[in-house]
Amino acid sequence: MSDENGEGLSPIVKVISSMLFPFIMIFSFYVIMHGHLTPGGGFQGGAIGASAVVMLIVAFGARHTERRAGEEKLSAFESIGGTVFVVVALFGFIMAATFMSNFLVGTSVFGEIPPFGSNPGILNTGGILPILNFAVGMKVIGGLSAVVLAMALVSREDD
Amino acid sequence: MIYNIPFFAVILLIAVGMYAVIFKRNLIKIAIGITIVESGVNLFLITLGYREGGVAPIYTNLPSGVILPGGMVLPIPQALTLTSIVIGVAILALMLSFIIRIYQYYGTLDSRKVRRLKE
Amino acid sequence: MNIDWLLTHSPALLIAIPLLAAFLTPLIDRVSRRARDAFVIAVLIAAEIIMVILAWDVFTVGTHIYTMGASSTAATIPAHAAVPIRIVLEVDGMGAFMGLISATVSLAAGLYSLAFVKKETGQGRYYTLLLLMLVGMFGMEFTGDIFNMFVFLEVLSIASAALIAFRFYHGDAVEGAFKYCVISSLGALMVLFAIGLLYGQYNLLNIAALAGVMKYTTLDRIALVMLVAAFAMKCGAVPMHMWTPDSYTVAPAPITAMLVAASQASLYALFRICFSLYGLTLDVTTMGIIIISLGLLSMFVGVTMALPQKDIKRLMSYHAVSQTGYMLLGVGVGLYLLGKSDFDTYGMAAMEGGIFHIINHALYKGLLFLTAGAIFYKVKTRNLNEMGGLAHSMKYTTIFFMIGALAIAGIPPFNGFASKLLIYESAYHVSPILSIIAMLVSIITLASFVKVFHSAFMGPPMENTEAGEVPKSMIIGMAVLAAGIILFGLFPGWVVSNIVHPAAQALASQAGYIGAVTGGGV
Repeated sequence: MSDENGEGLSPIVKVISSMLFPFIMIFSFYVIMHGHLTPGGGFQGGAIGASAVVMLIVAFGARHTERRAGEEKLSAFESIGGTVFVVVALFGFIMAATFMSNFLVGTSVFGEIPPFGSNPGILNTGGILPILNFAVGMKVIGGLSAVVLAMALVSREDD
Repeated sequence: MIYNIPFFAVILLIAVGMYAVIFKRNLIKIAIGITIVESGVNLFLITLGYREGGVAPIYTNLPSGVILPGGMVLPIPQALTLTSIVIGVAILALMLSFIIRIYQYYGTLDSRKVRRLKE
Repeated sequence: MNIDWLLTHSPALLIAIPLLAAFLTPLIDRVSRRARDAFVIAVLIAAEIIMVILAWDVFTVGTHIYTMGASSTAATIPAHAAVPIRIVLEVDGMGAFMGLISATVSLAAGLYSLAFVKKETGQGRYYTLLLLMLVGMFGMEFTGDIFNMFVFLEVLSIASAALIAFRFYHGDAVEGAFKYCVISSLGALMVLFAIGLLYGQYNLLNIAALAGVMKYTTLDRIALVMLVAAFAMKCGAVPMHMWTPDSYTVAPAPITAMLVAASQASLYALFRICFSLYGLTLDVTTMGIIIISLGLLSMFVGVTMALPQKDIKRLMSYHAVSQTGYMLLGVGVGLYLLGKSDFDTYGMAAMEGGIFHIINHALYKGLLFLTAGAIFYKVKTRNLNEMGGLAHSMKYTTIFFMIGALAIAGIPPFNGFASKLLIYESAYHVSPILSIIAMLVSIITLASFVKVFHSAFMGPPMENTEAGEVPKSMIIGMAVLAAGIILFGLFPGWVVSNIVHPAAQALASQAGYIGAVTGGGV
């Protein structure tokens, strides 16, 4: 039922969850980046990514996951995401007029203006919105994974 | 009348949640009660935006024959609800962390035994 | 990068710079601790300087409008719409006044924390959450959008709840934080329900736009009751004050000072709802009487429950409840007389007294909590029976405590006297009983602080005291607040006419608030 450390689930579960992990992360990235076209966005995609990390915690055990992707690294990942968000919003001062103004509309980076009405969804639109979605997604993945990892480690100390 | 059923569900959810917060003694049930109240308020916000016969307010692959933009439901309550869900997740994570620490310190989850701060 | 650019963008800068610093602090903390300390203090000083510049401009010139994400800061209403659709930050006299309080108390708490939490673990997270509390306070005080106010209220509540449980190895700290979390999240959900009621009727979220179209229907009355109840619960008014002693006692001392400033931000939100969102459409007589009764109950219950306490911080937190009653009484009298002919004589003076009391209370209550923290730092206990004779070894702390205690009791020449005198004089005209109860509460306040001074500082020293004074950074933090108390006490006339009067006028004039947004602002 478990390996030599006494933690984690059986080898079948470990192999299959480590094979599924990249696919779930790709799906989470898809939901994050298409936030301005389909339902989704930063928090939703981030929650999917965090549940992938939680699946690894359940399959491999909290101590093993702490060694590989520790709480410190997840915390730093989260802080970088938050910083990118505020820095991009502050760029609104420098490039255009006010805080968090959409200064990328009309440029080549995410800058196309879509036609009004039904369209098949052009990814290159939205201005700064995909970048902000990505920053929020980074923050949510790092934050929720760190929270569940910390809770799992604290509960482990009782045993 | 059938379009008022979500509002009845809102009142039912908030009543059940408040009952759990006020009258239950187990700390985890209090946390669950707060989550139920929050679900009720989120349902209330989403129901405010409904327009009869409307579709989702998304332009990508819109079904044909929809009057723009009057044939869509309102998108702003959906943004408000999303913000509220995120805040609810953060509060739930915080409360569960507190419960873990309280259990480690006191050894019990009964809120009557945890009340060291009286008067 | 000149002063004009700074002034135009300062409302957004005051929210963005502490937010960026809060996200950068864990990264800098991994590099070096002293860099993190210096970085946090630099950000707090920068926020204070920008706030003082903005406040000076708002008090002399007028309201500042900031539309987030538009092509210019004054473009509140776009060309093809009839209502504001972006988030509008509106800094009028009252908002700038509260911003000054938040910035000053945060700076004092940040300086004090440098030595106070030096031996604890998790300091990087402590400073991150402190900066997030500052962001929450600034956001609540500057925003002109009611849902944005809810979001910043939640940011403030979550950061405060996490900081109250900072000493997690004491079980009662976590218990107090759990109680705070439950009560504040229930209050915030009530606010969200009321926002949903208002949005469902008028399809607007901007406070000024809502005030323009507000008709006082039954659903609006329900929303008003829920908003007033929730914000009164958040600022610690009786009968919803049960969380205040529990959470103020167990938090670290600088965090308690910031919690006092956070309660003032909720008090500001209450006044903004009553005066600017509803204004004269509500029944000012009934609402005024309700707020005056909340104030009287808070004053009386707070001070009578404070007398038998043995824990020094619990005693001070009951006094915080009682002093909130003074502010509710002052502004409640102003609301009661709003729109009547007596407003320009007594009503405005009562509002000025209540509003002046807000900044006085933040200063002297913050100072008292910081001195209680200094006592705890040296003696390691909060029980008044176990401490004594501290005046021999802690001279600075004794002086700061005396300044704070004399200010809270309303003794001249400190600032408590000026604001209490304004409240006594103007509440007398509504009903003499209000002034009599207020003066009685003031006397009992003095009695309880004489008791604290005697048992903590006088008498022979006990065996468990370490010799010497607290570290320098704690003294500097307390000195910042004490300087404010002495200055406001020596020049109350200047403070009232230049700082408090614009704030009271901005609060009382709903037409000015609406006009600033629809007219385009400064």
